[in-house]
Amino acid sequence: MIRVDVQDKSFGSVRVLRDIRFDLPTDQTLALVGPSGVGKSTLLRLIAGIDTEFTGNIDRPDRIGIVFQEPTLLPWRSVLDNLRLVHPGLGRTACFAALDSVGLADKAGDFPGQLSLGQQRRLSLARGFGGAPELLIMDEPFVSLDDKTAEDMLTLTELLIAEVQPTTIFVTHAMSEAKRLATRVISLAGHPATIQSDQQKGD
Amino acid sequence: MACSRCLNDGTIMDLSVRALSLFGLLAIWTLAAWITADPQVLPTPYSLASPAWQAITSGDLPYHLGRTLLRVIGAFALAMSIGLALGLAMGLNPKLDQWLDPWLVVFLNLPALVLIVLCYLWIGLNETAAIIAVTLNKIPNVVTVIREGARALDPGLSAMARVFAMPFGTRLRHVTLPQLAPFIAGAARSGLAVIWKIVLVVEFLGRSDGIGFQIHLYFQLFDVTHVLIYAFSFIAVMLAVEWSLLQPWERRTRRWRTA
Repeated sequence: MIRVDVQDKSFGSVRVLRDIRFDLPTDQTLALVGPSGVGKSTLLRLIAGIDTEFTGNIDRPDRIGIVFQEPTLLPWRSVLDNLRLVHPGLGRTACFAALDSVGLADKAGDFPGQLSLGQQRRLSLARGFGGAPELLIMDEPFVSLDDKTAEDMLTLTELLIAEVQPTTIFVTHAMSEAKRLATRVISLAGHPATIQSDQQKGD
Repeated sequence: MACSRCLNDGTIMDLSVRALSLFGLLAIWTLAAWITADPQVLPTPYSLASPAWQAITSGDLPYHLGRTLLRVIGAFALAMSIGLALGLAMGLNPKLDQWLDPWLVVFLNLPALVLIVLCYLWIGLNETAAIIAVTLNKIPNVVTVIREGARALDPGLSAMARVFAMPFGTRLRHVTLPQLAPFIAGAARSGLAVIWKIVLVVEFLGRSDGIGFQIHLYFQLFDVTHVLIYAFSFIAVMLAVEWSLLQPWERRTRRWRTA
C-alpha cells in the first residue's frame, strides 16, 4: 500500500500542490494526467523521494524503480554496468535476461552513447523494472519518441508490468496511454493543483 | 585497417612534433650559450652530460631526487585527497560553501613563502612542517577546481542514484567521480607542477637533502651547471609521470566519449 498525503508543496511563494491525498493498493497502475505545468512531475518527485521539502506525509516501499523522461544513464559505464551497478543484487544471468527482455542483450558491452535514443529509453526501462521494484515510477516515459518506437515501448511496458507486477505510478499527457496501461486515472487541475477526478477502471 | 593505420600515423606525427619542439628549445639554448660564451654563466647543453653522469653514478643525484620525489608524492596525495573531499563538500553544500569560501580566498592569496616560513617557525625545521607547508599551499587550488566540477554535477543522475538507493561508495565511484574526472585531471596536472616547485623552496629554506637543498648548495658555489642538472633531472621525472601515468589514465577515463 502506498499512501500519499501532500498538504502543501510550494516553490518560494508559489503554491504548486494542495491537499493531494490518495491510497494506492498493491498491483494498481495509476496514471497521473493533467495539463502541462500543473505539477504532475513535481508530485512524482515527491512520491519518489527526490524532493523532500513539502508539508505532508508519503508512505512508500523501500524498493523503488524509476524511469525518467530522459534516459538518465551513466554514459561512462557499459550497458551491462548501467544495470548491474544500480542493482548489485542482480546476477550476471539476471542482468542479461533483463537486457534480453528489452532487446539489448547484444549491446551489453557498448556504452550508452553508442545506442539510439529508443535503445537508451529501453535500457532505462529495463533498469526501472530490474530488481523487481515494489513501486515503479515513470515520468512521461513515451514522450518525444516516434510513433513506432513509442508503440514498441508501450507494448514492452505492458509486458513488463504484467511480469514484474509492481505498483505503478506514471505521468502522461496522452489519454490513450493512460487508458491502455492504467487501472486508475487521477487527473490534476488548478493552481495550486488539486485532484479533479479519480477514476478506477470499470467505474 | 585503414583506421588503425591512420591512428599509428597520428601517434608518430605526435611524437615527431614533440621531439622537434624539444629540439628547438635545445637549439635556442645552444645559441644562447654560444652568444654568452661563458660556461660559468650558461653552459652548453652537451657540456652537462659528463657532470650529469658523474652526479648519477656517485649516487648523489638519485638520493636527492628520491628525497624530493617522496615529499612531492606525500604532499600531492594529501593535497589531492583533502582538496577533493573539501571541494566536493563545498560544491554540493551551498551553506558550507558560504562558510568556507572566505577561508579559501585567504589561503589562495597567502603567498607560498609565508606559509612555509610560518610552518617552519611553528612546527620546527622538520619533515612534518615541510609536508604540511606544501600541502596547505596546494589544497586551495584543488578545492576551487573540484568545487566547480561538483557544482556542474548532473542533478538527473543524482536523483536516479537516490531513488535506486545506490550505496554511497558505488555512487561516489560510478556516478560522481566519473563526472569529476576532467576536473581531477586538471587539478592533478597543475598540482604536480606547482607542488614540486614549492617542495624545492621548502628544501631550499629548511631541509638538508633533496633537489632544493642541492640547488641551494650549488647556488652558493655559483655552479650553474649543477643547478641545471638537478633542475632537469626532476623535469625528466615529471615528463615520465605525465606520459606514463597521467595521460594513459586520462585516455582510459575518456574512452566512453570516443567509443
